[in-house]
Amino acid sequence: MRDFDYAAPTSVAEAVKLLQDHNGSARPMAGGTDLIDQVRVGRISPDLVVDIKKIAELNVLQIGSDGLHVGAAVPCYRLYHDAMIKDLYSALTDSASIIGGIQIQSRASIGGNLCNSGPAADSTPSLIALGAVAVIAGPQGNREVAVEDFCTGPGKNVLGRGEFLVELKFPARSANSGSAYQRFIPRNEMDIAVVGVGAAVQLDASGKNFVSARIALGAVAAKPLFAAEAGKLLAGQPVSVETIQKAAEAARAIATPIDDMRGTVEFRKHVTGVLVMRVVQQAVERALKTKSGNAP
Amino acid sequence: MSTVEKPASTPKYKVIGTRPIRHDGTDKVTGRAKYGADLRLTGMLSGVVLRSPHAHANIKSIDVSAAEALPGVRAIALCGDIPDAANKIAELGEGSVNLQHLRHNVLAENKVLYRGHAIAAVAADTIHIAEEACKLIKVEYELLPPVMTVLDAMKPDAPVLNADVKTNSLGEQTDKPSNIAKHFRFELGDIAKGFADAKVIVEREFHTATVHQGYIEPHNATAMWGQDGHVTVWCSTQGSFTVRQQVAELMHVPLGHVKVVPMEIGGGFGGKIAVYLEPVAAILSKKTGRPVKVLMNRADVFEGTGPTPGSYIKVKMGADANGKITAAEAYMAYEAGAFPGSPIGAGAMCVFACYDIPNGKIDGFDVCVNKPRTSAYRAPGATNAAMATETVIEEICEKLNMCPLDFRLKNAAKEGTRRIDGPVFPRVGMVESLEAIQNSEHWKTPLSGKNQGRGIASGFWFNCGLKSAATATVNGDGTVGLVEGSTDIGGSRTGLAMQFAEALGITVDQVVPTVADTDGVGYTDVTGGSRVTFATGWAVYEAALDISRQMCKRMAEEWEVPVDQVKYENGGVTGPDGKRLGFAEIAEKSVKHGEPIVGKGTVDPQCPGGAFATHCVDVEVDPETGKVHILRYTASQDVGTAIHPAYVEGQIQGGAVQGIGWGLNEEYFYDDKGTMRNSTFLDYRMPTCLDLPMIETILVEVPNPGHPYGVRGVGEVPIVPPPAALANAIYNAVGVRMQQLPMSPPRVMHELLKKNK
Amino acid sequence: MAKKRIVSANINGKQTEFLCEPRQTLLEVLRDTLDMTGTKEGCSNGNCGACTVRLDGRPVVSCLVLAVEADGADVETIEGVAPGGDLHPLQQAFLNNAALQCGICTPGFIMQSKCLLEENPNPSEHDIRFYLAGNLCRCTGYDKIVRAVQEAAGCCGKS
Repeated sequence: MRDFDYAAPTSVAEAVKLLQDHNGSARPMAGGTDLIDQVRVGRISPDLVVDIKKIAELNVLQIGSDGLHVGAAVPCYRLYHDAMIKDLYSALTDSASIIGGIQIQSRASIGGNLCNSGPAADSTPSLIALGAVAVIAGPQGNREVAVEDFCTGPGKNVLGRGEFLVELKFPARSANSGSAYQRFIPRNEMDIAVVGVGAAVQLDASGKNFVSARIALGAVAAKPLFAAEAGKLLAGQPVSVETIQKAAEAARAIATPIDDMRGTVEFRKHVTGVLVMRVVQQAVERALKTKSGNAP
Repeated sequence: MSTVEKPASTPKYKVIGTRPIRHDGTDKVTGRAKYGADLRLTGMLSGVVLRSPHAHANIKSIDVSAAEALPGVRAIALCGDIPDAANKIAELGEGSVNLQHLRHNVLAENKVLYRGHAIAAVAADTIHIAEEACKLIKVEYELLPPVMTVLDAMKPDAPVLNADVKTNSLGEQTDKPSNIAKHFRFELGDIAKGFADAKVIVEREFHTATVHQGYIEPHNATAMWGQDGHVTVWCSTQGSFTVRQQVAELMHVPLGHVKVVPMEIGGGFGGKIAVYLEPVAAILSKKTGRPVKVLMNRADVFEGTGPTPGSYIKVKMGADANGKITAAEAYMAYEAGAFPGSPIGAGAMCVFACYDIPNGKIDGFDVCVNKPRTSAYRAPGATNAAMATETVIEEICEKLNMCPLDFRLKNAAKEGTRRIDGPVFPRVGMVESLEAIQNSEHWKTPLSGKNQGRGIASGFWFNCGLKSAATATVNGDGTVGLVEGSTDIGGSRTGLAMQFAEALGITVDQVVPTVADTDGVGYTDVTGGSRVTFATGWAVYEAALDISRQMCKRMAEEWEVPVDQVKYENGGVTGPDGKRLGFAEIAEKSVKHGEPIVGKGTVDPQCPGGAFATHCVDVEVDPETGKVHILRYTASQDVGTAIHPAYVEGQIQGGAVQGIGWGLNEEYFYDDKGTMRNSTFLDYRMPTCLDLPMIETILVEVPNPGHPYGVRGVGEVPIVPPPAALANAIYNAVGVRMQQLPMSPPRVMHELLKKNK
Repeated sequence: MAKKRIVSANINGKQTEFLCEPRQTLLEVLRDTLDMTGTKEGCSNGNCGACTVRLDGRPVVSCLVLAVEADGADVETIEGVAPGGDLHPLQQAFLNNAALQCGICTPGFIMQSKCLLEENPNPSEHDIRFYLAGNLCRCTGYDKIVRAVQEAAGCCGKS
């Protein structure tokens, strides 16, 4: 493996300074499950690896009436071991439970999954569906970016020099809301998503109509996609196979996948429709069981 | 669930058929066992191999000056460091090899023939320095168009990989360079008449992907070239003697000057027979005067070793109204990879071997493509072939409205059946393997769910005999040191110790089996061809008989009776007038006075006894995604005699799951530049435990008349039926016929979308 | 070259200090610096589980951990599972059930299974298969591995 130096700062300011001083050749590392492999195969060649796990803010995991805060270095297993997150932010739990295997989940963080900015990242569609906001620290202080605007291409994102992700903020969830993430993979575990779909729905008190919905797609474009139109098609509509089908069609229409070792264009387009159906239906089922949220 | 079906006539054994814990078990569950990469030697350097980024290119120049100048770099090896081999052929027991091709595969000379082809190697103080030095080697390439499939490579205007390869066509040597190394034909009866007699004829084309053996341990080799010119090689290999021979012949060193020390081996399945790193480590050690260890990483393993061929197969079969096969014809082209030598011969001999077919014709082609030089993989060549035959049979059964199991029983090969390539079967268990499925609870339990289907398929593999040797030293306390030369991939030490103990009437715990290096034991062929329990088992049996003879002679002398009046039985020697002394007591005497007792066994058995298997699988197919979920799996097999039934089950379960992987998801996925895009365990999708149910086994024991304990090889045939059984199950679940491997979700979905249009 | 670091970790209950480069993985240091070769390298990119060890109580693939990260951590490897004494029930169950053939994946499977049974002493077959999905075995088809873990279940309550 290529030579690099290592630092483990304990404050955000220290980390920002290290990243800034290294003029673009420093990389932040949380769980390291993507970064170490990428250095090994030569896809990235940092001179300095900044281990951000020792910064307190990056290990925050808090749920309250103002929503959910997930520090950027919180490993997946801490998320799926939390019953309240599982109930209210189910899509996030779904994602955290299927990124890599159990060993990977001991280390890999949702923040790292987002910052790696892979088009097929298993958590990003869930973050978009749940309306998460990325809190970014940098030389000019903190700024916030909606997750749907975070990735800009394969492996690319809005982080500038000296910047790194501190936290993901999720809005509070109301009663009658539910969310889900599913991916299609050829095996039953350990694969990269061929198609991934996250959805979050808000139903009315009767449970018979959609109030609103957010749908996001993974692995069908150069970056995770927010299928805003598909979600809008559900708002105000009755919960039925027909309405969900329309949303699925709309989602399918914006998918621009490629042929590769994981799937074909034909297959990915087709499965996008299939998964949107399944995921929205699962989110509805969960919404029907969610009698109270954490919203004030 | 596992069942063992024993014929009534099976002799009673004391040790054979029990399930003792393996002798090397504790070391392996505590992490103490030493595999090749675990070796540590004083002064050892690390070696790394530079590999071609291109699939097909001429090498214009190689500049190693910058690499040599890097501090910590000790030596660099290039092809020129291996003496020219001038197309010499070396016989390696299980097959032969053109040494010049082997030399060019170990390190490319002026042409690279696949991405991952080794070009140079660096020895340095650390692996990191060696890796950095590799990046500093400048290779200038002239790119050539890659040829990636057999059908493309066989076109008359295809770019030719090897200028020295010319087609041997039906025995005639042609003189134009070609990618087709060989075309041969087997014929039996009158094929035209056979098809004329058929009521139903089905002809289908099949494409199967290149797949890898997928052992978890990457290749490794450590070498020390002594000042006296003797070379010691430590490595993970299926055959220490074949490594010795390849290293000696390549490096022009006398055989006796090369010692190969087999370390524990982390899987092979046929892929750890040819040398890759061993000669490289030897050169680097010669140049540095220090031991050098060279390791592959996982991408090196995928791109530089293995794989087993992808293939194009066309099969045509006909059957009469009674369901009797009247004729069968096959056209089979197998990828050899960069150099000639695919297992097309074996594939062609296996393609129709399960059945009694009066009229047949088989054309086989060995074809070079820009992929790694292919190597054996568990019943090499047979799985591709079975995919074709066993699914065509299913279509015939559908047209004849016959039960596929009854059809197979009606046509099954048995004692006296002549294969299309000539040989006549001795006593074999094809019928019994089918009957075992027919009588299984699995077969008798109907499926009821939507999108569910059941499929069966059968398979054949020859098994090998070949040479083995063993020696056994009787210790004074009644234990025995059993020394043999078959590297132990799956518990064979214990399977051999059991046969040895059975022959002497002692317990398996009294036997301490050791796999020796090439200086420590007689010549032994590879651990491959399902031959170790059979042939090395016979060698240890002979060694045991030798000990019993020596004990008899000794006791005859002591009792002062003629030797023909003493007999070795029930773990001791008996003589006239009720004289008897047990094994341990004789052992004790033997160290006190007289000659030590050392047994020797050497064999070259000729009748390994073919193996037949029938598998039955239930699947559920997701009609919206094409994903195949395995609900239940049962494998039945004629295993001769199960020495250690748990290990036999393990061979069947492991082989079946490799076949499942081959059937459903595994493939070398190439881009248009000939670059493998999935050279990781992430995207080369071998089954995980979450993808499988328990694998039920039925061991049918039809003893092999060609072995003292009736042993048949069991390791290979289990990989043969699964892809075809899965294809048949998928058809029965959702009505699409799959003719391409793997039957991955996109492929199955494609067929479903086509069908539903 | 980046400066070597002194790392102090508790490895199998023993306070251990070692010197490493930042680029060295925990796997490399365990094997090459500390001569603990029971932890195996199968792929070095986190996809096979052969190098599974326990880091601060959690199973991790040691090929994707930098050795410097282990400073101050608790590390448990296969060598610590039965230190010098009787085999752990899982090890015994692997032997009883013939749950290994070549054995290269076995240390990783035992480490991962040990974590499973301490987290969930009575796993279903599905629980076992899900938890072990990150560990590849190419020899056994997993049948006997799953049975071995079933046999050992219940014997491994958290100590």
